[in-house]
Amino acid sequence: MRSYLPAYDMRVPLELDEALETMARAPGEWKPFAGGTDLMVLLEQGKLAHRKFLSVARLKGLYGFALTDDHVTLGAMITYRQVQATAILQQEFPLLCRAAYETGGIATQNRGTLGGNIANASPAADSPPALLVYDAELELVSARGARWVPYAGFHLDYKKLDMRPEEVIRNIRLPRTKKNWRQHYRKVGTRRAQAISKVCFAGAALVDGGEINDVRIALGSVAPTVLRCRKTEALLRGSLTTEMVRAACDELAREIQPIDDFRSTARYRTRVAQKLLAEFLLGLIAPPAGDRA
Amino acid sequence: MQSDSMADRFIGKSIPRKEGRAKVTGRALYVDDMVMPGMLYGATVRSPVARGRIRGIRYAQGIPWDEFTIVTAQDIPGKNCVALMLNDQPCLADQVVNHAEEPVVLLAHPDRYLLEEARRAVELDIEPLPAVFTIDESLARQQVVWGEDNIFKSFLVESGDVESAWGHAHLIVEGEYETGAQEQLYIEPQGMIATFTAEQGLTVWGSMQCPYYVHRALMTLLDLPVNQVRVIQTETGGGFGGKEEYPSMIAGHAALLARKSGKPVKIVYDRMEDMAATTKRHPSRTRHRTAVTREGKLLAMDIEFVVDGGAYATLSPVVLSRGTIHAAGPYFCPNVRIRSQAVATNFPPHGAFRGFGAPQSIFALERQMDQVAKVLGLAPEELRRRNFVKQGETLAVGQVVREKVDMAGLMERALELSDYYAKRKRFAEENPRREVKKGIGLASFLHGAGFTGSGERYLASLVGAEATPEGRVRVLAASTEMGQGTMTVFSQIAAEALGVDYDMIEIVQPDTAVVPNSGPTVASRTCMVVGKLVESAVLGIRQQLLSSGLLPERYTSEQFRQACRQFIENHGALKSSSEYSAPPGVYWDDDKYRGDAYGAYAWAVYVAEVSVDLTTYEIRVDDFVAVQEVGRVINPVLATGQIEGGVAQGIGFALYENVVWQEGQMVNSQMTNYIMPTSADLPPIRVFFEEVPYAHGPGGAKGIGELPIDGPAPAIVNAIENAGGVNVNRIPVTPEVLMEALEGVHA
Ligand SMILES: Cc1cc2nc3c(=O)[nH]c(=O)nc-3n(C[C@H](O)[C@H](O)[C@H](O)COP(=O)(O)OP(=O)(O)OC[C@H]3O[C@@H](n4cnc5c(N)ncnc54)[C@H](O)[C@@H]3O)c2cc1C
Repeated sequence: MRSYLPAYDMRVPLELDEALETMARAPGEWKPFAGGTDLMVLLEQGKLAHRKFLSVARLKGLYGFALTDDHVTLGAMITYRQVQATAILQQEFPLLCRAAYETGGIATQNRGTLGGNIANASPAADSPPALLVYDAELELVSARGARWVPYAGFHLDYKKLDMRPEEVIRNIRLPRTKKNWRQHYRKVGTRRAQAISKVCFAGAALVDGGEINDVRIALGSVAPTVLRCRKTEALLRGSLTTEMVRAACDELAREIQPIDDFRSTARYRTRVAQKLLAEFLLGLIAPPAGDRA
Repeated sequence: MQSDSMADRFIGKSIPRKEGRAKVTGRALYVDDMVMPGMLYGATVRSPVARGRIRGIRYAQGIPWDEFTIVTAQDIPGKNCVALMLNDQPCLADQVVNHAEEPVVLLAHPDRYLLEEARRAVELDIEPLPAVFTIDESLARQQVVWGEDNIFKSFLVESGDVESAWGHAHLIVEGEYETGAQEQLYIEPQGMIATFTAEQGLTVWGSMQCPYYVHRALMTLLDLPVNQVRVIQTETGGGFGGKEEYPSMIAGHAALLARKSGKPVKIVYDRMEDMAATTKRHPSRTRHRTAVTREGKLLAMDIEFVVDGGAYATLSPVVLSRGTIHAAGPYFCPNVRIRSQAVATNFPPHGAFRGFGAPQSIFALERQMDQVAKVLGLAPEELRRRNFVKQGETLAVGQVVREKVDMAGLMERALELSDYYAKRKRFAEENPRREVKKGIGLASFLHGAGFTGSGERYLASLVGAEATPEGRVRVLAASTEMGQGTMTVFSQIAAEALGVDYDMIEIVQPDTAVVPNSGPTVASRTCMVVGKLVESAVLGIRQQLLSSGLLPERYTSEQFRQACRQFIENHGALKSSSEYSAPPGVYWDDDKYRGDAYGAYAWAVYVAEVSVDLTTYEIRVDDFVAVQEVGRVINPVLATGQIEGGVAQGIGFALYENVVWQEGQMVNSQMTNYIMPTSADLPPIRVFFEEVPYAHGPGGAKGIGELPIDGPAPAIVNAIENAGGVNVNRIPVTPEVLMEALEGVHA
């Protein structure tokens, strides 16, 4: 044996208020526990300081779903399985559906949640690049109240979040603005299932008459956090030229900060990130069909 | 089935697996399912460094150490080694450690959670020594980490005169090839339970391939006589060679803890410990120098084959031997020299893994054949066609091929089934326009069944058979079922030989107190070698019944049952046994390292079709055709399963499975980051058999278990070269490796 289960405490509140009260009384002591697909692995490996867990799985408030003219709002407890099965997401947010489809295997997709994926803050997580492209916002709640924050500023540094220890994520809100954008998602994980990304790319562009009017580029596994590449985006305006693609690829290499680790190399990550960007951009010139996302 | 003779009732039929029902319904009990009264759990404290001197062992505060059984090398009553070949590997490190994860201290306690905390609280104070991590460093001998010269074993094969051939060559082609370590990844990790009492001695239950290896290792370690050690194989969830030698280690650990505590002790590794600490496939480096004539005939092959054995010898000498003999492949070449070495490094010992050295040397050869073809301007299949060994010709070690063999025919069939010619043409036309390039490649190879050289003669395996009072026939053999279908195949062989119902055959669970030593379950020998002994042992039963007059010449199952009952009533018991003797004319000279290396070979040609994505450098195998001649196929479904599994494992070896070492430690010892292919990554694997019955195999069968892992890697890498025009000579070809090769830079 090497891995083991230490003694731990698990509370399962049924009311959000009760849960938030518990967290407010001793901020940081209770770790929210959603699907547990990240936490159980860490716990077993002995990589988790926490021994006290507060299940959020019974809190109705985290299972919301709302559709308005402007937004889709998803409760933090939405699973990958549910993401894939939600019609409005299939129609307007295909990158998120694709990310959900490529996450882990079926068991993980049935249990893992979007809220957990965000809060776990792995730079290699597969849904965050899609959420960045869609300009997602998060609703954080604590006993003191609720606040909305843009997802783009949520990851401050490696595993550092703009979230207080007594807060939980209640909702994820997606503005319905990208429907007519050209979208592209590609996860590079070396095998087709149960893979942790080496590079993960999400991109969307508003293209009109061969001109790029607006664009979003986000990548996973190339920096201490998932990364929206604003400097690269800034170069992509107007009619797309080979020079523009080249300049964007060069800028991307400067904007990302990949590392060598036992999964891959910085060189590979850089090169593939550039190639995925080029693939996305060249696809914008090609006819709209055949999008990989 | 081509040679399905009308007379056969069971051989050649896909009879459902005997052991299958218990496995799929969850009734089969594995060692971790077993609980004994008062049982303790055992854990292993291992070295964190690759090489060093043990200065002390400290037991940190906060753990109730007096509740623990603690064992170190000082507690070993016998010889501190895992007895196998050279007996150089200690069961517990004493004074020095020679690899990371080397066992130093054993702990046992009834609470497995507290046990794990205790394991983490044992501090080994080790003064590090310089360690050796590459074949070159080992050969340079700046640090001698084993014996006098870091060499576990070396071989020289010479036929003809290589040196005099170079001058006559039309072309000479050189190449260097490398293969990496590979983890066996059996589903069930290693596990053992031991009990020890002064009266009954030691009994061990566990997951293993070779009960008698464990038996001998325990006698040596605990200094016990034969009848005081009993080894029982429990249901075994896969082995692939990984449970050939390592079970002797973990059984020794459980036994030492059981002896000291006086209680049953269970040790079961979890995946991380299993991957980090147990054996892997030997990494290798092969250099080829090949001379060919203008007509594309092989003139000389000069091969240097080196395997990295890790810190202790384990089975490296025999792995090297098999790799050496397979290094020149299924070709005829008048001048061959093979120089091979197994060298020591400070990695955890590398050990047995399906193929046993052959996949490494065959990878090199089959890549080299494609290079030679390219230089000659010949198609890869044409060069092979011109050089296949034929019946009556001689292989590199001087073995005359007496069996009928038709490699060219196998190849034609494989090329046809894979639509090779058309695809090669089409890919060449389409690739320039594609971002995802396509390629197709082949490998042709052979694999010897049974122990190498005189191995089978020395083993002198035994198999027993006995009739039961109910009139059934029990087969007693030490061959283990570990997923491959041993019990089913033995039952088919026995039922066929006796001409009775399949259900009348019982295969006894291997238990050294009950079954004779029929050798280890390795080397593609179980069906061909032990199966033949099963056949003759049960025929001995029949013979006794016939000569006693209780059984007529022609009989039904019911008459056979009656006769058994009657015989037992009359004589008390009906038993028979059979011992191995080499087929006539098969001879191997150990001193000269020449002769009949194997009783029989399986022959094969594999074709792989791949896609190479130039955006991500990812390679996918899109189609795979495996054509082989393995003698008579006893059970087509099981045989096909062996090939499919071997090909899948070979795809992992070729493209995905990369052991990442840091200072001699495997750092990706989890299935999330040691990437084995999933079912989503595998192509259709299309399996075809040619059957040429082998005179000395049961029902005409030869060996099959290892063959399928030899071919995939070279076929795939040959296909990659066909797709991308890039010459990669190192596996696994991960996307990172392919990128560096394509861009001509090294990371
Ligand atoms: C086999 C396997 C394969 C996987 N494959 C992938 C993959 O391909 N791609 C990928 O991105 N991930 C993968 N994962 C990781 C994991 O499944 C996802 O990150 C998942 O979304 C986590 O969700 P969860 O509900 O299980 O989170 P949990 O494990 O319950 O929690 C994760 C973290 O989020 C916090 N948290 C959870 N919910 C909230 C909330 N509402 N508010 C505040 N904090 C919260 C927890 O405190 C914890 O820190 C895999 C995991 C496994 C075990």
